[in-house]
Amino acid sequence: MLKQIEGSQAMAEAIGLCRPEVICAYPITPQTHIVEGLGAMVKDGRLKGCEYLNVESEFAALSVAIGSSAAGARTYTATASQGLLFMLEAVYNASGLGLPIVMTLGNRAIGAPINIWNDHSDAMAARDAGWIMLFAESNQEAVDLHIQAFRLAEELSVPVMVCVDGFILTHAVERLDIPSQEQVDAFLPPFEPVQVLDPADPISIGAMVGPEAFTEVRYLAHHKQMTALDRIPELAADFAAAFGREAGGLLKSYRLDDAETVVLAMGSVMGTIKDVIDDMRADGARIGGVSLCSFRPFPIGPVREALQNAKRVVVVEKDLAVGLGGVVAANVRMAMRVFDVPVCTVIAGLGGRSIPKTSLRRTFEAAARNELEGLHFLDLNWDVVNRELERAGEKRRSGPVAENILKDLGLIMHKVM
Amino acid sequence: MFQVRIHGRGGQGVVTGAEMLSVAAFLEGKHAQAFPSFGSERMGAPVVSYCRIDDREIRLREPILVPDALIIQDPTLLNSVDVFQGLPDSGYILINSARGFAELGLGEYITRFQASRVCCIGATDMALRHVGRPVPNAALLGGFAAITGLIKLESVNEAILETFPGKVGAGNVAAAAAAFDAVKAH
Repeated sequence: MLKQIEGSQAMAEAIGLCRPEVICAYPITPQTHIVEGLGAMVKDGRLKGCEYLNVESEFAALSVAIGSSAAGARTYTATASQGLLFMLEAVYNASGLGLPIVMTLGNRAIGAPINIWNDHSDAMAARDAGWIMLFAESNQEAVDLHIQAFRLAEELSVPVMVCVDGFILTHAVERLDIPSQEQVDAFLPPFEPVQVLDPADPISIGAMVGPEAFTEVRYLAHHKQMTALDRIPELAADFAAAFGREAGGLLKSYRLDDAETVVLAMGSVMGTIKDVIDDMRADGARIGGVSLCSFRPFPIGPVREALQNAKRVVVVEKDLAVGLGGVVAANVRMAMRVFDVPVCTVIAGLGGRSIPKTSLRRTFEAAARNELEGLHFLDLNWDVVNRELERAGEKRRSGPVAENILKDLGLIMHKVM
Repeated sequence: MFQVRIHGRGGQGVVTGAEMLSVAAFLEGKHAQAFPSFGSERMGAPVVSYCRIDDREIRLREPILVPDALIIQDPTLLNSVDVFQGLPDSGYILINSARGFAELGLGEYITRFQASRVCCIGATDMALRHVGRPVPNAALLGGFAAITGLIKLESVNEAILETFPGKVGAGNVAAAAAAFDAVKAH
């Protein structure tokens, strides 16, 4: 049913349609509206057979989720930013134990400096924690990915993180198609766990494993994710057949025919990039795009196939591996190592900085002229950077960088009278 | 695509205004995308919200830098925020003020725009009269419907009632109608 609805509320409705049995979450911006929406649905009886637990922290939220999933309940939670870091030990435990929890990550920057706005730093901090990580390009895809996520997680007994851009998607009100309960029930069978803590049939989960078997347990986790490389596109095809629209899959190509410059990105910025591609195509540029949905497992083969005819690749990403560059670009380079094709990294949108079409177009045009450097910071204000470097060079006690820059930009009162 | 930027202060329903506008457009079968400028939602702080309306799916995720229409919910922002940033001469301006452009110090600036596309209305007074609270967002949407002709007043009313059921909704519908008439009489 078509609705004009906030992304978070739409996701809450979709998650509700998946009939979770335990929801345990701790509020943190920008994910809060999702779990608030689910809380309201449990309270007013729209979501039946679901226990909603309030806890004291994100660490507790995922720990409870681990317990309930191990007891055989379909389990959901959500977090963002520092919340993900606070639960990180449990994040590794959930995947290490093979528990099919679904978690929404409302992507947000990580401090310091504290910043509530969108980027992908939080997801990147957990990129090797063993979860399947799917990035939504739009709110419609965010709705649809959650439905696919429960089926994928439970089939493979692996946790799945659905990454949605904080504010940009979570707080946008748009026209979205919310499926019916019958549709979701037909797509998502009841949870049949591979392991259950049951007092009537006791087992233990979480044994200490020494050097004699740890590698094998880890290898099997990797094997499971490699299996997911096959299952993710199959589930996307099943979904398209059942719901009549495309969502998910490992990646999606956009206007790649004869494209010499190919832009790869994850999440909502791909919408803006598609508009830029259309504009540049209209002016005769040979440019196309790849929207990467599955970041873990990373689809090395399909990425290579999608980019094989490119003369250059531009990866636009909302994260920074300080001291290296772009995380996604590093992964893409691994896929591209057999080709002699330059892969440029464009770091964009950090801490919620807007990513305008004009800036993207300027950057893509520079790339097409082979004038884009290997690591480019979109719209970096060099004047601000250089003034701070100058201050730091002038004296030892130059003060805190963030405060210096805010003062420089006139964004805070220097002195309170 | 038609792009609307709404400027106001926290507590004036700036975000809800953009959302109701998107619902009104949705009710007319259009695609619409409403979103706030995030993070500054404090009472009294300058707040911006955005609404894009189009006949096809909206993929663009940048803030609205070149608006087709501006709704200024609080004229005191004129002294502190560059509310007119990016507005082309073909744009629409609707300001919540019982005073005219000349009194607001905009008499000369406003001459570059088509006279039928700029208007001041006392939306706060209308909200106080019909709703009992100084929240001008719904009234201004009635004014927006009148000045742009982009959406019908009936759609605005339906969006208001969807957001505010009952007495508050009815009051806001009355305020929107008053604003619609005030702009039409302008």
